[in-house]
Amino acid sequence: MPVRRLLIRNGRVVDPASGRDEIADVLVEEGRIAGVGRNLEVAGAEVFDATGWVVAPGFIDLHVHLREPGFEHAETIETGSRAAAAGGFTSICAMPNTAPVNDNPTVTRYIIERARRFAVTHVFPIGAITKDSAGEELAAIGSMKAAGAVAISDDGRPVMNARVMRRAMETARSFGLPVIDHCEDLHLSAGGDMHEGVVSARLGLRGIPSCSEDVMVARDILLAEVTGAQFHVAHISSRRSVELVAEARRRGLPVTCEATPHHIALTDADMAPYDSNYKMKPPLRTACDVAALVGGLAEGVIDAIATDHAPHPGSEKMQEFEQCPFGIIGLETALAVALEVLYHTGKVSLLRLVELFTLGPARILHLDRGRLAAGAPADVTIFDPERVWTYDVSRSFSKSSNTPFHGRSFRGGPVATIVGGQLVWHFEEGLKVAR
Amino acid sequence: MAAGLLGIEELSREEIEAILERAKDFQPVQNQTFKRLDILRGKMIVNLFYEASTRTRTSFEIAAKRLGADAISITAAGSSVAKGESLVDTLNTLAAMRPSAIVMRHWASGAPHFLARHLPIPIINAGDGTHEHPTQALLDARTILDCRGTLEGLRVAIIGDIAHSRVARSNIHLLSKFGARIVLCGPASLAPPELARIAPGVEITYDMSEAIRDADVIMMLRVQLERQHEAAFPAGEYFQFYGLRLEHLELARPNVIVMHPGPINRGREISSEVADSQRSVILNQVENGVAVRMAVLERILCQ
Repeated sequence: MPVRRLLIRNGRVVDPASGRDEIADVLVEEGRIAGVGRNLEVAGAEVFDATGWVVAPGFIDLHVHLREPGFEHAETIETGSRAAAAGGFTSICAMPNTAPVNDNPTVTRYIIERARRFAVTHVFPIGAITKDSAGEELAAIGSMKAAGAVAISDDGRPVMNARVMRRAMETARSFGLPVIDHCEDLHLSAGGDMHEGVVSARLGLRGIPSCSEDVMVARDILLAEVTGAQFHVAHISSRRSVELVAEARRRGLPVTCEATPHHIALTDADMAPYDSNYKMKPPLRTACDVAALVGGLAEGVIDAIATDHAPHPGSEKMQEFEQCPFGIIGLETALAVALEVLYHTGKVSLLRLVELFTLGPARILHLDRGRLAAGAPADVTIFDPERVWTYDVSRSFSKSSNTPFHGRSFRGGPVATIVGGQLVWHFEEGLKVAR
Repeated sequence: MAAGLLGIEELSREEIEAILERAKDFQPVQNQTFKRLDILRGKMIVNLFYEASTRTRTSFEIAAKRLGADAISITAAGSSVAKGESLVDTLNTLAAMRPSAIVMRHWASGAPHFLARHLPIPIINAGDGTHEHPTQALLDARTILDCRGTLEGLRVAIIGDIAHSRVARSNIHLLSKFGARIVLCGPASLAPPELARIAPGVEITYDMSEAIRDADVIMMLRVQLERQHEAAFPAGEYFQFYGLRLEHLELARPNVIVMHPGPINRGREISSEVADSQRSVILNQVENGVAVRMAVLERILCQ
């Protein structure tokens, strides 16, 4: 059988691991990167002309809700991974809040098996911290790791009992797993529907105060210090939380965090009144918080951009605001939003921006991905920082359409997604294969 | 979106003045023997109430009938809502019967705004959650004007559970647009500082005497236990520190008026002596409710 070769020619190769940012060719052979260099001449290789585009390591989203098993009316592993590919992601991590909850190796293996059959990207499951994410009894953490889980989290249902969290961190440390916490003190946030501030006061909506996030970030940092566990803050959104993480890092603690595209692009004041496409947890906060997030992304306190892609069917989002579930989809718009907020404003270099989507999340999860080096898996994201396009959610690969970015025009977006050496999505040709 | 009335915040001073002026024309109708006009003859108004209400619902109904319209009232408890129908489906069903307007009260802030985005029928907000109660602010303004002739420069103390009060929010917006000085007063948990920033000319104090000093108008609010979901203030201490008693009135301007949107809880936020005193205009407020709602209905349905 002939060796399958793909030559990605003449793109601007941006690889944070090596610091490379230059026009070069990338050669892919049998699902692995075979070489990166100028004017590679390879006989018999299929050629992908990337002139004018950026060629980056495959994007990794460490925070995605795929809703399968249990909520297949909202999303499936297949549809979610397709949306991911259309957003330039080659790897996505599935949060465990499915039904049943991914709190044991059977569910972990089920997700991996479904992904093997139906996903067009890599899918890495994240296991629950506690059984049924009820916050009481530890889940089968070691067995889930053995089955393929890359982290643990009770995302959406944070562990309120500090003692349970301590034990979870000790267990996670024993198995070398990062603990991802959705930091929210549920007593402080109870009943809240949006950020507590002037806008919530005006709209008569109950608030989710920033301190409900900050106290949990502080608690978890202290517990991480005691246990030596690796602690990762999911969707960090408040200025004070960024400061807390920065301080923990100065003290040398293994604390990392991620920010979502919507939290850096929108504030509570941007919310269309009572439009549930702006309702998520943590809530959209203030311009001051946004500035702290952008600063954190630029300076390195924030390690990754993650979407918190959270599909909900239209019927659930078409209700009284306070009845609507939290969360928005985000895989297809993440890169475009990040380019707009971080790169085109001159706040973040292209190298750093790519790092936030690749090496950053790979390091947090200890994945051997996110680099364009010989021998690495051939996951490649090709994007155009300049292409002007408009997001039409009715053409989304996701089963759900809950997004505040419908109809928004962007400067820059994904062009092609290559997973394991195979082109799976192209911006003009659409989805290429069902793997 | 069909033009209804969702809140005071988005109205201009001129629009508010027009309603208040027109309401004045309707005030004498109350005293006429034959009270029915035919301005809205042939129109049909649906009152859809997802929350308990006595005065608002009755006065909208009376206002509609005095203008010659047909009015029907639906309460959530006795309708398909109780069978689990969603808000959108209920409203679509009602809209299919082609009413001229829907007057709506709902426990969720923004419910009328959400519906106004999806329905081609004018929606009149008769109170949404803890957001706005525009016709209450209009009738309050009409009542103050009847007593004082102007809103400009008046010192208005709004006292009680501001955080959960839609009446307070609508009044803050309205009074602010007319240049009144507004003092909000309540325990910190019920008078959050952000509320002072929703409109110009608003300050907050936690001290009742300070709020009442030199006040031209005192608006008392009910403690909305049903919306609090928690004990935000020590039970049993409320009346002692935030209940309006006769001795407070001595701090205010001599001709101060005391208002309350009702229902009043005697002995909780207001003493009986104050509620029944010469300074109380609580029943004038109720009376003006009909005239103001006639003006609102006419404005929306005769465009």
